[in-house]
Amino acid sequence: MAEVKTPLIEMRDISIAFGGIKAVDRASVDLYPGEVVGLLGHNGAGKSTLIKVLSGAYKRDEGQILINGSEVTINNPRDAKALGIETIYQTLALADNVDAAANLYLGRELRTRMGTLDDVAMEAETRKVMKRLNPNFRRFKEPVMKLSGGQRQSVAIARAIHFNARILIMDEPTAALGPQETAQVGELIKQLKADGIGIFLISHDLHDVFDLADRLTVMKNGRVVGSAHVKDVDHDGVLGMIIAGKVPRGATPGPGALVG
Amino acid sequence: MAKHHDANSEPARSREGLLKQFFNATEIDTRILGMIVALLLVWCIFDVWSGYIRPNEGLFGGSFLTPRNLWTLLVQTSSIAVMSTGMVLLIVLRQIDLSVGSMLSLVAVATGVLQVYQLGPALGVGHPAIWILGVLACLTLGTAIGAFNGFLTAYAKIPAFIVTLGGLIAYSGVAFLLARGETVAPMDQNFGIFGGGIASSWLGPFWSWVLAAVGCAAIVRGIVNGRRQRQRFGFPLRPVWAEVFLAAIGSLATLGTTWVMNSYPWPPGVIEKYAKSNSIAIPPGIENRDGKAICMAATQVVHCNEGLIYYTGFSLPALIAIAVCMIMTFIATRTAFGRYIYATGGNPEAAELAGINTRALTVKAFALMGFLVGVSSIISSARLNAATNALGLTNELYVIAATVIGGTSLAGGVGTIYGAMVGALMMQSIISGMSLLNLPAAYQNMVVGGVLVLAVYLDQLYRRRVN
Ligand SMILES: Nc1ncnc2c1ncn2[C@@H]1O[C@H](COP(=O)(O)OP(=O)(O)OP(=O)(O)O)[C@@H](O)[C@H]1O
Ligand SMILES: [Mg+2]
Repeated sequence: MAEVKTPLIEMRDISIAFGGIKAVDRASVDLYPGEVVGLLGHNGAGKSTLIKVLSGAYKRDEGQILINGSEVTINNPRDAKALGIETIYQTLALADNVDAAANLYLGRELRTRMGTLDDVAMEAETRKVMKRLNPNFRRFKEPVMKLSGGQRQSVAIARAIHFNARILIMDEPTAALGPQETAQVGELIKQLKADGIGIFLISHDLHDVFDLADRLTVMKNGRVVGSAHVKDVDHDGVLGMIIAGKVPRGATPGPGALVG
Repeated sequence: MAKHHDANSEPARSREGLLKQFFNATEIDTRILGMIVALLLVWCIFDVWSGYIRPNEGLFGGSFLTPRNLWTLLVQTSSIAVMSTGMVLLIVLRQIDLSVGSMLSLVAVATGVLQVYQLGPALGVGHPAIWILGVLACLTLGTAIGAFNGFLTAYAKIPAFIVTLGGLIAYSGVAFLLARGETVAPMDQNFGIFGGGIASSWLGPFWSWVLAAVGCAAIVRGIVNGRRQRQRFGFPLRPVWAEVFLAAIGSLATLGTTWVMNSYPWPPGVIEKYAKSNSIAIPPGIENRDGKAICMAATQVVHCNEGLIYYTGFSLPALIAIAVCMIMTFIATRTAFGRYIYATGGNPEAAELAGINTRALTVKAFALMGFLVGVSSIISSARLNAATNALGLTNELYVIAATVIGGTSLAGGVGTIYGAMVGALMMQSIISGMSLLNLPAAYQNMVVGGVLVLAVYLDQLYRRRVN
């Protein structure tokens, strides 16, 4: 039934190469409002590269990006943010030498009436967001390099959800989190979904993807092996796609599918 | 034996706890505190040592801790201090500018030629427009050259080290050509106000006290405002005693500095000239060749201890350096530009992904550096009352050394403006102190070089302990 609507995001035949290596090769994915699409694949399959094209970190060599059916140009991260695309990068992309609030608001600082940084207001907002994400978080005054991996990840997540994104990209958002925090992020994803936000979720954890995603897309060597509704496939079928590129029944094969 | 040891270490631990509590409560940067203590120690050593050689009226009987020497120290430090504030931002941004010395020479010579050979003859020597145009030309040219360095670094993607190494060599060549290797002098009379060598560039005791009062008020206001803000949002507050302590220390430092500046009398020769040209009566008195004032002994004007006397107060170059320090601290900590510089220095990729235009940022940071070189070229050429292509020679080394001694990490992302100011003072203190002791320049270089390396080593030890 969701298929009748126009997708929130449609990436068509995206290709990008580094030197001679085709990191992403004619990959297409789409995402509907209020939907979570899991992106799966082995290490180096091209998942991060594909979503970095969407977030403006890389410029694609070929292909189109459509939002609500009309083509958009995304040349840099500013363009993507202006379109409501927020990203939690696999590397977190935090400035280690400044504190949580400075990272949360990096590039869109709150200003006082005089145009100076309103650090107090930013800290207040940061305290609010962090309370929701990670209630144990206390170290607001310290540079984020002094935080634990999970705390840093919380800051990166906070930054992505704080600015009313329409589209959220999460590249292994729970890799460093403890079980409690992971569960909290799961809850958060469900909440955001209910708000009508579209989410790309990259994860190596099949359980997570099956729990949270509506659909999934598997990549291998830069190409899309296939896509499927979560309810139409099982763990073994998805593993087969990831490892061998074999498309099970119930999934739609892509250009990277093993033929024969 | 062991028991005895335990009994001794117990109070020591609680005392350390108290000290730690104190630093936590006041949020004093212990690193900068250590530097200031080291600086004061160096001052005391020089005073004691110079007093040992030749007794004088310094705090410990030497010539270092005298109003005269401290006043001169501030004037001598100002040019390097101004430039080092810009270098802090560049190094924090993971860039560097090796060309500041040559740039200073070039700016000074180019604008000196403009003042002396073009504007002077065209407008008439001493025309008030000359110094204004001269100042504007220095600032504009400096900014332009800085922006050019930045452009090559950010957009042509040539490493800053290479771009500015090229600049170091090339700009002094341009300076040489412009003046054909000659000294451009004398500068416009009004322009001399920026050098601190003439009476019109001294603020005088009254206005110095007024300025100090304003400074103290600003310190108190800043602390009160900060507290109100944090109260409004319900953030943890510093204990009241810590706030009072900080306000008191800040005010005391301000007032103390002002008092020292206000205790330095004009040189007798300048008083005499001033009295004569303003037809001020010179009181009669008894000759005393070591005096600071002037008297009339029969028909002759002589030096004496109590007679006609004026005190300098703050000099313009020192005030410029203090103002630059405050403005640059403001830029570094309170503006988005400053925030972006630190964030980009900490993680350039993250800054880029956060939507910061890091290339434009780089150009701006280099342009700001160039602007500050312009400011320093005004101070230096006014002080010398001349511009030569050797005016800024080796300045880049001192500027970078001051910055690094002040705690700016060459790895980027870390550094403070006030640290660099203290670093600049430290270096100039060593140079001045050693020349007070009549030690040859070769020793000065050896010691300054050694201090640079030692400072970075101690800094690393400190950081390892803190983290
Ligand atoms: N900036 C880059 N320069 C050169 N090659 C790159 C760059 N980024 C990615 N690649 C290459 O592109 C391919 C895809 O990498 P990508 O990071 O997208 O994989 P991934 O699916 O996210 O893997 P992982 O699960 O390990 O995160 C890899 O072969 C990688 O080496
Ligand atoms: Mg990845």
